Amino acid sequence: MDTAPLTQAPAGTRQLIYIPWLRRLAANYFMRRIARALTIAFVVTTLTFFLIRLLPGNPIDVYVNQLVLEQGIPYHEAYDRAASLFAIDLNQPVLLQYFDYLASMIRGDLGRSILSPGTTVSSVIVRFLPWTIFSVGVSLMISFVIGILLGLVMAYRREGVLDQILTVFASITTSVPNYLIAILLVVWLGVQWGIVPIAQMRGSLSPGVEAELSLAFIKDVFFHASLPIFTYVLTTLGGWMLTMKSSTISVLEEDYVTVARAKGLKGSRIVSAYVGRNAALPLFTQVTIAIGFVVGGAALIETVFRYEGIGIRLIQAIQRRDYTVMQAIFVIITLSVIFANLFADILYSWIDPRIKLGRKR
Amino acid sequence: MEQKQPSLLGKLWFALKNIGHSVRVTLRIMSYNKIGFAGFLFVVLILLISYLGPTFVDLDTQTKIDMIYQPPSLEHPLGNDHQGRDVFSQIVNGGRDVIQTAVIAAVLSTLIAVTFGTLAGLVGGNIDNATTSVADIVLTIPQFPLLAVLAALINFKSLLLLGVILGLLSWPALLRAVRAQALSLKERDYVEAARSLDLGTWHIVFREIVPNMMPYIIISFTLAMTGAVYQMVGLVFLGLVPISGSNWGVMISLAWTRGAIFFKDSIWYIMSPVVAIALFQLAVITMGRSLELVFNPRLRTDA
Repeated sequence: MDTAPLTQAPAGTRQLIYIPWLRRLAANYFMRRIARALTIAFVVTTLTFFLIRLLPGNPIDVYVNQLVLEQGIPYHEAYDRAASLFAIDLNQPVLLQYFDYLASMIRGDLGRSILSPGTTVSSVIVRFLPWTIFSVGVSLMISFVIGILLGLVMAYRREGVLDQILTVFASITTSVPNYLIAILLVVWLGVQWGIVPIAQMRGSLSPGVEAELSLAFIKDVFFHASLPIFTYVLTTLGGWMLTMKSSTISVLEEDYVTVARAKGLKGSRIVSAYVGRNAALPLFTQVTIAIGFVVGGAALIETVFRYEGIGIRLIQAIQRRDYTVMQAIFVIITLSVIFANLFADILYSWIDPRIKLGRKR
Repeated sequence: MEQKQPSLLGKLWFALKNIGHSVRVTLRIMSYNKIGFAGFLFVVLILLISYLGPTFVDLDTQTKIDMIYQPPSLEHPLGNDHQGRDVFSQIVNGGRDVIQTAVIAAVLSTLIAVTFGTLAGLVGGNIDNATTSVADIVLTIPQFPLLAVLAALINFKSLLLLGVILGLLSWPALLRAVRAQALSLKERDYVEAARSLDLGTWHIVFREIVPNMMPYIIISFTLAMTGAVYQMVGLVFLGLVPISGSNWGVMISLAWTRGAIFFKDSIWYIMSPVVAIALFQLAVITMGRSLELVFNPRLRTDA
């Protein structure tokens, strides 16, 4: 009889979306995550545009004035040159410029380097970004796994000698800035004791080594990445250990662990399937923060070791005032962090089904 | 019979005795955690050296060619730098800038986080949505690259400006924690009681809710300080923030570019600021453990 109110919201509840399939889409966890990632990506690219284009003393104005004053180039010509470098048409109204910028961003056209004419910014990124993703990714995985295992041991052997030693280790490595630890590694291992050939380890590949799937290539890759990876692992390990320890301690008091014990299950099975799994879950949410921090700090670590990743290129671009490269690398680094976070979120929801069902507020 | 009025001196004496008593109580609570108390003593020591030290030890700016990279001696306890200047005087004079910037950044970010975090937690609705989305965005952007880019566009002339910018970027993590705390605290009985007594929002926020999250706020304050030191020294180390004069960051930067990788003798020059910063960070973080006890309202009444 009364079929009409099907599309209408029930009284007392506010529902903004009336189209059923759209509503289902909005309620979908993945869709909301992806929408959030895209929103943040959009905000960041917009922010960058306004920093580069509209801030008083912004790079484009600076560059144009420089051309006019130092090389005596007419104003409109200098403007044209800046426009082609930044991939923005400067004669249009700002709003159109902004849409242009967004469109070229989506096409992957990020402009060309100011200092090395002819080099597209995209080629710079393609060349340097993989090394940072590789070194940071490998390090995060290593430190996450080791940190979980050590944290588990620490929780089981509370107040033991190992626990105390590891706690001291963790509090030192997490509070001392990672680039200082990198400096200490270079100064002590490389210069004072001369154990590590730091001069040969610079760069991301030895000269003459081809990118191919051979043992020599892989060995060389790890030879050059070893110090950065070691630093990242050393400085992030402590955090994972401490969180895992406290998380494990609280899981150990749960009823299902007691039940598992009472059922007479084997100790190893309780540790792996009951305690370890559940205690490790909350740590995944922290991966998000860790990714941003490590990628951000990569600029410093790569500079100390002269590892040819995207971080050191960002710093070089800033020091040489190569604004197009700087702008693009900043956007790319931020986008990588955003999508790494998205990936971590989706992975987490796949591991812990409760997340997908519960509406997180 | 005339009642005896306490003299001004007597009042002052009483006040001093009161302050003395609360300082003693505070110190006793802090000493419950031995490691935290050691951290606190270290922080006091570093503050004394950085703020009182410069009146006794003048910054050595004189180039002495025959003293380049000399090992420590009685006259120069930490050796000499690449121009033969005394390293010890640079350490003593180089702490103030770092500490001041860190405090500015930490105070600002804590204020923002506590104000908007409690607001979001208590009021909810659109204000909550707006604050958490802004926090999400700021939290996602990698801080160091952003600061490096800003350093290229804005001239960080003063430490104050740098501290303010650091503070404006580092509040989101604490805001999330404060908001979660406010959400759970507002359901507690004593908040309910205050509300039914109609004590007003101001009273509820600053007398009931904020005191109960002081431990969190204090820990976050120390983390914000060390975070600010991390970012600032990093920027100075890369030469992106041209702050003149001598501070620990400038020292590391100079030691690194002028010799740490070439000369074995430079070890005292590079190690001194590195150890100074590392000790400061460690001391501030461990001090948090003791401060947490002091600001815990429950422990306070027990003492």
